[in-house]
Amino acid sequence: MKPEYEHLQAAHCENGVTTSLLHHYGVQQLTEPLAFGIGSGLFFIYIPFMKVNDGPAISFRTMPGMIFKRTCKSLNIPILRKKFSSRENARQALDNRLQSGHPAACQVGVFYLPYFPKEYRFHFNAHNLIVVGKEADNYLISDPIMETITTMTSYELERVRFARGPLAPRGQLYFPKEKRVVTNEQMKQAIITGIKRNVRHMLYAPGNIAGISGIRYTAKKIKKWRDTLGLEKSRSYLAQLVRMQEEIGTGGGGFRFIYAAFLQQAYAYHPVDELLDISKQFTQTGDLWRDAAVQASGIYKGRLTAQADYNTMGDYLLDIAELEKKAFRQLAETAKKLH
Amino acid sequence: MKKEDIPQDPGALHNVTKEVSYAIDENGNYITELSTGWEVKIKALDVAWGDIEKKVADAKQKVLNNEASPLLYFMELKLMDIPILSAYTRFWKWQVKRHLKPGVFEKLSAKKLQKYATAFDITVEELKNVNLNETGV
Repeated sequence: MKPEYEHLQAAHCENGVTTSLLHHYGVQQLTEPLAFGIGSGLFFIYIPFMKVNDGPAISFRTMPGMIFKRTCKSLNIPILRKKFSSRENARQALDNRLQSGHPAACQVGVFYLPYFPKEYRFHFNAHNLIVVGKEADNYLISDPIMETITTMTSYELERVRFARGPLAPRGQLYFPKEKRVVTNEQMKQAIITGIKRNVRHMLYAPGNIAGISGIRYTAKKIKKWRDTLGLEKSRSYLAQLVRMQEEIGTGGGGFRFIYAAFLQQAYAYHPVDELLDISKQFTQTGDLWRDAAVQASGIYKGRLTAQADYNTMGDYLLDIAELEKKAFRQLAETAKKLH
Repeated sequence: MKKEDIPQDPGALHNVTKEVSYAIDENGNYITELSTGWEVKIKALDVAWGDIEKKVADAKQKVLNNEASPLLYFMELKLMDIPILSAYTRFWKWQVKRHLKPGVFEKLSAKKLQKYATAFDITVEELKNVNLNETGV
């Protein structure tokens, strides 16, 4: 069982799995930025009542699983997604799919992922990879984070598929049900849908912890961290913010650069000059997120300790919120012109 | 970010893989290039691991002082918390909390100890003796 499979390395695992898997199933036009944009991947949320590794729960992207789901739905590709309570059935279902010559994607936990360096192995359960074949007891894995195809024994794969804790994958297996050719007209419509949904999420998400207002909320929180948490804890919190923003998977700048790339590629389908201009604005906010990360690193390295330094950090986020609000407003206006 | 600004600092990943970064080329078009890492986020990861090491050391001291059972040490060592440990062992959270007490832990059945040992990927023998496992993983 060793089907021809073209491995694709991507910045983010779910984008990568979506793009690579759909390529295999016939959607040649798809790229990582297009999948991210059509799946309305850009987001911001700070969940104050939740902790991740003892730090703040912050995300720069939409919920796990949504990019694949939305992209397939927009492009009218039927998918199958299944969870298992029995390990045996989970293995059997995967083997059957491989035996029929088709790859399938799995959601896995990274804590026991053997080819990841120890430094990256946290109990994070929403990693995605594609199983492309099986040789004796070894599964061939196309993991978008890796440069080439790797392998896992059946024991290792089972362990990561049945990792437990938050977002436990429960053996989750998913794949497009059939090969589909997607027309450029479908791509055009999917891009519009993706943009409009992303505008909605960033500008009009309810409450004050998500979207643009979430960035502002975080800015205000950061300014208070030094007093409420103390120096040591606020250092850890800021380090966590930077990790969520820059760690493997984001493409840099909290996914803003990927989104800017998406708008550039969208221009090929919708030649409206505003898209290029708004793309530049997202490049700019991505750069600002990175400047903010440098400021944060000054604090968590222990070089900056004054309240003024935390204020500067907060102000970066307020500036970003303002710029992204402007960019998304303009994007909303532009989306009305697309058809 | 401009192409020439893509950081190439030696990160934890650099022996394993390089990561895809998005940046603009001289004409303002987006391209992707591989990056070995960025000093700013490498340091952020160091901070996270520093916190973990401190928690592990604290837990170990508590176990040695007989203020907590060895479960606490291994829970911290394996980056778990009570909800995660409860999910792996299928014990209730309140049960895990109880088992963190040295007195309760000592009376645990072999079967229950085995569940914890499996969750931590160690042997029951190792689980019972924190000192045996100086270096951890």
